[in-house]
Amino acid sequence: MTFNRREFLKISSAAAGLAGLSPLLAQAKGKAAKAKVVIVGGGFGGATCARYLRLWDPSIEVTLIEMNKEFVSCPYSNTVLAGINKLKDLTFGYGGLKKAGVRLVRDEVTGFDTEKRMVKCKSGKTFAYDRLVLSGGIEMRFDQIEGYDATAQKTVMHAWKAGPQTATLRKQLEAMPDGGTFVISIPTGPYRCPPGPYERISMVANYLKREKPKSKIVALDSNPDIVSKKGLFLAAWKKHYEGMIDYHPNSKPSRIDAKTKTILIDVNEVKGDVINVIPPMRAATLTDWAGVRTDANSWCPVDLRTLESKAIPNVHIIGDSISAPTPKSGSMANNYGKVCAAALVELLNGRAPEPVPVITNTCFSATSENTAMHVADVWRMGDDGKWVKSKSGGISKEESELEWQYMAAWAKNIWADTLGL
Amino acid sequence: MKKRMATTALVLGMLCLGSAAWAAEPIDTRTRLLAANCAYCHGPDGKSRGAIPSLAGLEKGYFIQQMKDFKSGTRPATVMHQHAGGYTDEEVEKLAAWFAAVK
Repeated sequence: MTFNRREFLKISSAAAGLAGLSPLLAQAKGKAAKAKVVIVGGGFGGATCARYLRLWDPSIEVTLIEMNKEFVSCPYSNTVLAGINKLKDLTFGYGGLKKAGVRLVRDEVTGFDTEKRMVKCKSGKTFAYDRLVLSGGIEMRFDQIEGYDATAQKTVMHAWKAGPQTATLRKQLEAMPDGGTFVISIPTGPYRCPPGPYERISMVANYLKREKPKSKIVALDSNPDIVSKKGLFLAAWKKHYEGMIDYHPNSKPSRIDAKTKTILIDVNEVKGDVINVIPPMRAATLTDWAGVRTDANSWCPVDLRTLESKAIPNVHIIGDSISAPTPKSGSMANNYGKVCAAALVELLNGRAPEPVPVITNTCFSATSENTAMHVADVWRMGDDGKWVKSKSGGISKEESELEWQYMAAWAKNIWADTLGL
Repeated sequence: MKKRMATTALVLGMLCLGSAAWAAEPIDTRTRLLAANCAYCHGPDGKSRGAIPSLAGLEKGYFIQQMKDFKSGTRPATVMHQHAGGYTDEEVEKLAAWFAAVK
């Protein structure tokens, strides 16, 4: 009897599934045979998955590979642009995960061998896994906009990954003269954080209204309309920033000139004192190296019950990188991290994963220095493996000061839940 | 919850050593996952760090009644009516018992 490679892989992965029971047996025999999970990326998805794996099955050896020393929260970072919060208020160490028994490795992943189940790092180190979790977020498609080359990227910020980009954009706003123009370019979806660009407009307007009231904002949206919470944003802009925001739909940039701070839309040139160009996005580069970035738009198709890749066995993808109807938000990444952790605990112990997970999204957006609003939805797994969105979901009736308080609490709670603070 | 997990781990350990004559009450992994998903707003283990109410230690009957009232609209809400409508009565009962047991 002979096996082809695919069958052999199937059989060996089934055996590995059963072998998940073996750590307990091995312990009894005095051997160490812990199941190994390697997670790449310590954002909302990866950090949550690591923490909950350890919480739910301390016998699993969990390694988290992250290239940055600290976690910087993307949600809430628009308030830094407004000058309401400082970047350090949204920056946290990984000590809580270490305490939870997660093995932390600060390194940069350079490649994978998914047949040998091995992760390769820049330092030369390699990490073997039974299951691999990729939580790398997004890759910016600078190549989709002419002129957005490496040199342009030094002065034109996207600030769509919180950190140095956020700090630089804030400095640029601080240096902008009163009476200047802030131009923001919004990409077509799917992109990270659907309401994010409109929250950013609100937060920059909030800063300018207080500090530089003669200034203007030009919003160039590649989409045919405001993508998320439209009525709420329009009402907030009218109430707080009337006459300041010039919004243009169907305005996809074809070229930018970083030197003259110009964005070209068809034949029209739009000049600003500060330009903020958010390019289109796709799943993180490392998902391509692993061979799992396989859908037509460069996202990762997964079994939504386990988050396992539909292309490569034993590779799971969570967070913004996946191909799914759910929004690419911190809340969702946190939830997917838990669904994946729960599935891995079952799979590594030779049991069936939860067939009907329920996940939720609650996303707050700030509209002024003390008001906010939200969108909330619940998704339940259908028999066909697709999410069914509850009819009960929806958005705020109106912005409120109470929701600013809820947003602040949400931030504290999700940071604590994700990082074990 | 920690105590419960510790007990389960102990029992599993015993089972593993060959004393399989008695079985522990298995962990309800489905409710554990449902409850975990509440944590990103209500705090780890339902212990909130801010204006959003904690769920830890809420009396079971109170929890169930609030969720029913959010669902029907009897209790006006900012966010929770949108969540409550997404869960079955059985799930609400199990979540209520889960959070009531959190010390």
